[in-house]
Amino acid sequence: MKFIKHTGLVIFLIGLFIFTASIFTGNFSLTQQELDTYITEKGYKSEIIKQELTKAIVDKNLNIFEFSTQARNAFEASNNYYDALIAKYNSEKNWTKKGEQYQYKIFGKPHTLSYEIAKKAGSGFVKENSGLLWFLTFGLGIIGALLFILPNLILLGKPGIKNDGIYLESSTNRGWIAWLVLVYLVVFYLVLYFRPDYVVNWTFILDPISKALNGGPASQWFVYGFLYCTIMLVMGVRMYIKYRHNKYQIIRTTSVLFFQIVFAFLIPEIMTSLNMPGYDFKNAFPLDYDFFFEWNLKSLTKSGGIGIFILVWGIVLTLVIVPVMVYFFGKRWYCSWVCGCGGLAETLGDPYRQHSNKSLNAWKLERWLIHSVLAFSLLMTIVTLYCYFSGTSSFLGINSQWIKDTYSFLIGAWFAGVIGTGFYPIFGNRVWCRFGCPLAAYLGMVQRFKSRFRITTNGGQCISCGNCSTYCEQGIDVRAYAQKGENIVRSSCVGCGICSAVCPRGVLKLENGPEEGRINPTDVLLGNDVDLMKLINKK
Amino acid sequence: MEHIVIIGNGISGVTAARHIRKNSDKKITIISAETKYFFSRTALMYIYMGHMKFEHTQPYENWFWDKNNINLKEGFVSKINTDDKTLEFKDASTLSYDKLIIATGSKPNKFGWPGQDLDGVLGMYHKQDLENLEKFAPNNEVCKRAVIVGGGLIGIELAEMLRSRKIPVTFLVREASFWNGVLPAQESEMINKHIQEHHIDLRLSTNLKEIKSDENGKVKSIIIEETGEEIPCNVVGLTAGVTPNIDFIKDSGIETKKGVLVNRFLETNIADVYAIGDCAEQYEAIGQRRNIEAVWYTGRMMGETLAQTICNKKTAYKPGHWFNSAKFLDIEYQTYGWVFSERNKKENEAYFQWQHPKENICITISFDKNTHQFLGINTFGIRMRHEIFDRWLNENQTIEHVLEFLKDANFDPEFYTLYEADIVAKFNKEHQTNIKIKKKSWKRIFARA
Repeated sequence: MKFIKHTGLVIFLIGLFIFTASIFTGNFSLTQQELDTYITEKGYKSEIIKQELTKAIVDKNLNIFEFSTQARNAFEASNNYYDALIAKYNSEKNWTKKGEQYQYKIFGKPHTLSYEIAKKAGSGFVKENSGLLWFLTFGLGIIGALLFILPNLILLGKPGIKNDGIYLESSTNRGWIAWLVLVYLVVFYLVLYFRPDYVVNWTFILDPISKALNGGPASQWFVYGFLYCTIMLVMGVRMYIKYRHNKYQIIRTTSVLFFQIVFAFLIPEIMTSLNMPGYDFKNAFPLDYDFFFEWNLKSLTKSGGIGIFILVWGIVLTLVIVPVMVYFFGKRWYCSWVCGCGGLAETLGDPYRQHSNKSLNAWKLERWLIHSVLAFSLLMTIVTLYCYFSGTSSFLGINSQWIKDTYSFLIGAWFAGVIGTGFYPIFGNRVWCRFGCPLAAYLGMVQRFKSRFRITTNGGQCISCGNCSTYCEQGIDVRAYAQKGENIVRSSCVGCGICSAVCPRGVLKLENGPEEGRINPTDVLLGNDVDLMKLINKK
Repeated sequence: MEHIVIIGNGISGVTAARHIRKNSDKKITIISAETKYFFSRTALMYIYMGHMKFEHTQPYENWFWDKNNINLKEGFVSKINTDDKTLEFKDASTLSYDKLIIATGSKPNKFGWPGQDLDGVLGMYHKQDLENLEKFAPNNEVCKRAVIVGGGLIGIELAEMLRSRKIPVTFLVREASFWNGVLPAQESEMINKHIQEHHIDLRLSTNLKEIKSDENGKVKSIIIEETGEEIPCNVVGLTAGVTPNIDFIKDSGIETKKGVLVNRFLETNIADVYAIGDCAEQYEAIGQRRNIEAVWYTGRMMGETLAQTICNKKTAYKPGHWFNSAKFLDIEYQTYGWVFSERNKKENEAYFQWQHPKENICITISFDKNTHQFLGINTFGIRMRHEIFDRWLNENQTIEHVLEFLKDANFDPEFYTLYEADIVAKFNKEHQTNIKIKKKSWKRIFARA
């Protein structure tokens, strides 16, 4: 069994190595004719860009890094040229001439421009053998990981909570392996968000699958989505084995897998192939922070009936469905049964759940941060909507584009991606959900003040062992409540049910019961035979 | 200001301190020789198993004590002078008190076995035991086999700990079946089987004769009383129960028997000296309880109660209905009320038992043969709601009532398979009754009796 596990690990690492190494392969070059077609397609009017790109990338064999530098330089040179003209005409107060120059400018982030052209320019082994490469990367990764995970069926022994050795292993006790995983994940997210052109080879691997699904070639987001689903599925198998005695965990894991694969991945892809806007029907605002951005509203209003349906659904989901469901079931119906971020946290992140900080200071930081993000996202939406309807570009002195860019950069990319997932191995698996998710903040308020959900504490049975607190991914000191006999009613609780699973005394149970008596600070714990009437009268 | 000194920072002492602080601004000092900060003894096993680190077993962050103005003193009390109300420490320093709370807990039993103090022989009670275990049994290279002597809850926990590091374990149990002085045969046999499924070499009806030493004073092997068989091993765990940890009190004038003798107000024979927790012994047993109860929650309750008395609301210790829980490897156990084993069953008591055909799930309900009054329940692999059983015991309900409303009492996680129908069907068949199960009702569950 140990041998199979080790073999699996080696195969997985080979797959990971090939996946990573594939970035560095391939030739990037266009023929003059291809470049001309590209420029016409994009509608670039600048003569400079044509010259510069021709000089830089036509009939050259570049690797992606050289190619990226050349392409970005070309775009920069072109824009610089027209910026200089604009400045010149500006100083001459030649407004007509100045205005004419703007049509020649090329907008977009340098690495995105470079990515788009690299997608056309790429050739080489990866692109020409995408099937084989798929097997050598995703295939080996999946096979290796499964070989590593499946022996647990026997190695873990009889079904039951088996957290044996978690704090004795480097990978799960913040050892060097954990730090290595952190570095890999952080770099992965940085490249994905900010240097997509560097990983254009990955998109070649998935082009055939993307074409089959949505009719177009794969983008870096398609790669991410596909990888996301693959990782969740494989790590879902791990969840099934580890918690095979616990039906709550089995059903919940199945649910997040279903919503991720079908709702977040397949449906949007299929919609795209049918010329509809690709929409994730479960992704509620304000987690889906660009729902009210102009480009989205325009795309929806232009797509006829389905667009209007999505618009109405999105608003109803946020304003009605979300709070009503939280009232009946707590925010867990979203955070641990439906949400993709939660899904990754529960599958890939499960081995790291014990690292979330339980200190009082962390709780204070959490409340400040998460509510600030909610306020920030609401402010952004108000500014955006005001600008959309009034046609201006700023509201109360806040520039609409500026606040959107700032939010996307700070919250969307850094917080949700780089920190939220990259830091799993050290800070636990729900960093984003706990400290950054604006939707979690909103759900949390409903859960704390108006919900039937609580974690019930079973009388006086708690022995303060601390398993519940240790394994709470949301950093709740569950024991602090349980040892007082109090129900746990906290806005951050995502109802994952692990505290109840790891409790060796059966003290905790997730319940949707009557609201009355849900919050129950207890004076005397069950077990002491006190005269309750006397106790009440004494007060 | 009155100075309350508490010897021992376990659950009893710390609970007393916390509740005294809640109700007063008295000066409080907690003394411990074991650790500076309070930790949960019950969780020691999980540190060795790698589920937690020591810091996770501390229910309060380290700033808690300063913030609540509770002094922590590390030291070993060697003598209590009740006349001038001072404590003497091993290092010859002293401390005076106005009121003294003895909460020193227990220590593992040793029955004078030859070799019982060798290196590699340990209990599983103190933090130091854990450190010893880490030293003598870090893995199955250093510790080729461990022998555990004593068939109680700590013994099976120690077996589970060692097995988590793949160390072969021989488990010597004096009784003919595991814990059969407490558990009915059905449960006891199920646990026997489960222990063996975990590849633990369970030896029933087996006693330890002696522990043999190697040339360095370390454990080499043990000899079994009955057969004379020698089992080579590197670690011997002594888990044959615990006794009050009160050696230093014996000549202080405080009356002791096995433990420190206390009345219902947890007062000793000396004014302003109290004892709580594992080390306290009731002059007269409360109900069917033992005079000394080494259970986590009774320690907690005594702490709560005594804090009231010390803060001028004199309160008697009145533990309610007996309850307890444990985990035998993968099988969770809860008990409410009294279910005695066949050996200790009273004349009027009868069992109703149900067992799952395949899984490790079973229950025993004990009831009065004549009146059908419900006396207690043991559940294995089913979680039950404490409040509900407490209420039914208060109301002297019949077993028929308990079965009819059993769904109200289920505390299993959502989506778990429920067995109430099977259980009641079996009872109906055995007793020719026609009990119909009521649907679970929140209204009943949360109705305050």
